[in-house]
Amino acid sequence: MSTDLQSRTAARSAKRAPKPTGPWRSNIGLKIAMAVSGVLLVLFIIAHMAGNLHVFEGREEMNAYAHGLRTLGEPLLPHESALWVLRIGLIAAAAVHIWSAVVLTRRSLAARPVRYHSRKPAKGESRHAVATMRWGAAVLVLFLAWHLLDLTFRTVNPVKDVPDAYGAVVATFSPERWPVTVFYLLALVALGFHLRHGVWSAVQTIAGPDTKWRKRTQAVALAVALVVVVGFAIVPLSVTFGLVE
Amino acid sequence: MKLRLRIWRQSGADAKGRMVSYELDDVSEDASFLEMLDVLNERLIAEGEDPVAFDHDCREGICGACSLVIDGQPHGPQAATTTCQLHMRQFKDGDSIDVEPWRAGAFPVIKDLVVDRSAFDRIIQAGGYISAPTGTAPDAHAVPIPKQDADAAFSAAACIGCGACVAACPNGSGMLFMAAKMAHLGLVPQGQPERSTRVLGMVAAHDDAGFGGCTNVGECAAACPKEIGLDVIGQLNRDFRKAAIRAA
Repeated sequence: MSTDLQSRTAARSAKRAPKPTGPWRSNIGLKIAMAVSGVLLVLFIIAHMAGNLHVFEGREEMNAYAHGLRTLGEPLLPHESALWVLRIGLIAAAAVHIWSAVVLTRRSLAARPVRYHSRKPAKGESRHAVATMRWGAAVLVLFLAWHLLDLTFRTVNPVKDVPDAYGAVVATFSPERWPVTVFYLLALVALGFHLRHGVWSAVQTIAGPDTKWRKRTQAVALAVALVVVVGFAIVPLSVTFGLVE
Repeated sequence: MKLRLRIWRQSGADAKGRMVSYELDDVSEDASFLEMLDVLNERLIAEGEDPVAFDHDCREGICGACSLVIDGQPHGPQAATTTCQLHMRQFKDGDSIDVEPWRAGAFPVIKDLVVDRSAFDRIIQAGGYISAPTGTAPDAHAVPIPKQDADAAFSAAACIGCGACVAACPNGSGMLFMAAKMAHLGLVPQGQPERSTRVLGMVAAHDDAGFGGCTNVGECAAACPKEIGLDVIGQLNRDFRKAAIRAA
C-alpha cells in the first residue's frame, strides 16, 4: 500500500500554535499550572469521596452532613459563605486545569503535523496515559455536567427537595435507572486512569523527584486512584443492589 | 532472508512524500540496518533510480547522526541501540518493515529519511554551555565533585542528540534532550553560575522551535539509545520552577 501524504513542512510556520511569551506561558509553566490546579482538584475529590460515605450512616446523618456543608463557619460567617468560597476556588482550579490542558494539547498536536504510518504500542512508564488522559478528560467533563444536573441542581433527579441529599442519591441510583449507575461507573474508570497518571505526573512537574522517589510517587498515584474509585463506586453499587434504601 | 521494505520517499523539503515498497531477496542477517539500506541503494543506483537518502556518520552508535523510525519505533525494536547498531538478525525472514523519518514540526524533512535537526542546535545556543575563561587547563582535582554527581552528570552527557526522544514522544517534545543537556551541566560546579539563565533560555528556545510539551508518559526514555531516564526531566522541572519564580 502506498499512501500519498502532503508534506506540511512548508506550511509549518503558518500552522504553528501561538508562540508562548514569558516563562509562565512556556510548556513547563503551563504544566505547572495544570499540576497545581490538579493537586487542588484531587484534594477536593478525596474529601468528596469521604463525605459520600455518610450515606451508610442513614438518611439523618447523610442529610445532616449535607446541611453542615451549607452552614460551615456559622455563626461567625453568613449562611453558605464558606461553601461558596470553596466552590469558587474549586471552579477556578477546574478552569485553570482545563484551560492549560487545552493550550498544551493544541501545541502538542501542532508539534507533529505529519503522523506516522505505523505506530507500535506504548513502551514508556505511563503506557495507559497516552490513550486515556485526553479522552478520559472528555468523559469526565461530560460526567461533571450530568452530575451537577443530577445531584446538585436536581434538574434530572426525581427528588427535588434540596435538603434530602440521601433521598436524591437513593433515587438516582435505583435499579430501574441502571444507565445512570453505568455512566457513573464508567466516569469513575476514566477518573481512576486519570489519577493513576495525573497524581505522579503532577509531582514530577512540581517537585522533580529522582528515580527512587518517582517510583514511590507512581505507587502512591496507583493507591490514590484505587482508593478513590472504590470509595466512590461502593455508594451507587450499594444503592443499586439494595444495601442502602 | 527476504524482506519487504516500505520506505518514506520525498524528493525535497516542499515535495509531496509517500511510502514506497521495495522487495529485497538476499539480506544477510549479519548486516546492520544501514548496510541493508546501502545494498538497496546500490541496486537503485544500478537501475538508474534515486537512492534513498538517510543520515549516518560514525556507524558506531556514538555520533547521533543516524535516525529512522522503524516499524513505528525510533532506532527500531531493540532497546538501547541506535539504527546503525541494529542488525538484521532482529528481524524474521519474510518481514515487512516500515521505515519513516523522525516526525516533528521542528524537524522538517529535507529529503526521504533525512530531517533538519538544527532546532536542537538552537536550544544549545540558548544556554547549553558554560562560559569559562580559557587558559592553562586546571588540575583535574582542582574542583572536587562528589562521585555520585560526576556519575550522574556523565550519564546525562551520554546524550548524542539524535532526536529519538522527539520522534517517540506523542507530543513531539524535546524535553528529554533538553533536560539531559541541562543535567550534565547543572550537576557539576562549573555549570552553576549560568544555571538559571540556562534553563529559561533553553526552555524558550525549545518552545519557539515548535516542540510540544511533556506529559510525563516516558516514551522518550524508552526510545533513548543511551537510556537517559525521566529523572533528568524532573531536575529540569525543578530548575525551571526555581528560575521562573526568581524571574517573576
